[in-house]
Amino acid sequence: MCLAIPGQIVELASDGHLAIVDVSKVRRTINVDLLEPPPVPGEWVLIHVGFAMSRISGDQAAEQLRLLAMLGEDAQAMAELDGYRFADRVEGGSS
Amino acid sequence: MKFVDEFRDPRLIRQAADEIVRLADPSRHYRIMEVCGGHTHAIYRFALADLLPPNLELVHGPGCPVCVLPMGRIDEGLSLVESHGAIFTTFGDVMRVPGRHGSPLERQARGADVRMVYSPLDALKIARDHPDRHVVFFAIGFETTAPSTALTLKRARDLGVANFSVFSNHVTIVPAIRAILDSPDMRLDAFIGPGHVSTVIGARPYAFIARDYRRPVVIAGFEPLDLLQSIVMILRQLRDRRAEVENQYARVVPWEGNLPALRVLASVFELRPYFEWRGLGFISQSALKLRPEYAAWDAEARFAMPGVQVTDPKAAQCGEVLKGVLKPHQCKLFGRECTPERPIGALMVSSEGACAAYINYVHRRTVADAIET
Repeated sequence: MCLAIPGQIVELASDGHLAIVDVSKVRRTINVDLLEPPPVPGEWVLIHVGFAMSRISGDQAAEQLRLLAMLGEDAQAMAELDGYRFADRVEGGSS
Repeated sequence: MKFVDEFRDPRLIRQAADEIVRLADPSRHYRIMEVCGGHTHAIYRFALADLLPPNLELVHGPGCPVCVLPMGRIDEGLSLVESHGAIFTTFGDVMRVPGRHGSPLERQARGADVRMVYSPLDALKIARDHPDRHVVFFAIGFETTAPSTALTLKRARDLGVANFSVFSNHVTIVPAIRAILDSPDMRLDAFIGPGHVSTVIGARPYAFIARDYRRPVVIAGFEPLDLLQSIVMILRQLRDRRAEVENQYARVVPWEGNLPALRVLASVFELRPYFEWRGLGFISQSALKLRPEYAAWDAEARFAMPGVQVTDPKAAQCGEVLKGVLKPHQCKLFGRECTPERPIGALMVSSEGACAAYINYVHRRTVADAIET
């Protein structure tokens, strides 16, 4: 429930709400409305239920990934990222 | 020793553990509550209790959202599937929580349209993809998760999605801590403050615990070293007879919290006069409901909800475990009738629940084993 997944911002979507993040070399789309000002490419964030919750450092991101592995929650974290469906419409454009 | 290498600074872990032993006065008993279920999970996963002196006891707090949810709320949310042909959506943690007529997962197996989602935005997307059906999102979680629900509701309103509603079970952590502090059997010396909840609310809301109740609070991260360091900070406060709010997790938790998240919370939600917590009873102003401006997306305002009250199975002692009166294995059903495969109480469902953490990890390899070799 309190799973927080570290990701690096790759690019912001044109609608201003979404961004593409890189988590362990996997790219997924998240919502960035909870961060002000919006994050910029290269910045690291903690992701929770599809939203960037807070900014963190690159070191802290590496630490958080290791922690998820130590807690046995790394597979669950990747399943969560894979499970986000809300971005399909934006990426698909027309649907 | 691969296991040791996984830890940041095993030498520092040893030092922190030694410092705890040095600081703990052998003539007194310490009871420290870790409020957050994520901390409970980490404490069991790393068997940190093995590193602590026997007179220092960690008490597991109420910070596991599915664990404190009264069973009737599950039945009530699921009732919308039958009464309104709704699609019921919720997080994975809720899927296995037993209601009186089965968990959401069991109801799904019997043909109900129940779908697990990873984000409230996914529930909104299901509603947009099925304009002919009503989609209800069973929302749950503390202040970590509530801003995401709030933003999803704003989005639903902006987009004019009429076939979507939220059944809010969001709760707030501070009133629960206050209820524990006010309970007559309160014997806690200090609190390990929650990590991710505090990224949203910051450190300030805990000030009353130090000021009015004279109990130290240290907000902690989730690694073994974080938790041990936070206990060192607590023991120093107790030794010096100080009661302050300190932030061990400052690398992630800003003192002021996340202001945009707090703003969106305040614009979408208001406090309920009272809400029932499993094990703790009714606590005033401890939960969030949608503001009247969002009534069109509020399942409770939109539908006649039956107001189901379900008492827990009599033999289950979830309440005593939640209050820290009983250890998980002291419950009569623990590991026999109630197991992670067939949970009777929610504490056995979530990885953040004390019972599931206890049964999964207590006999596993421990931090203590790892650093002693």
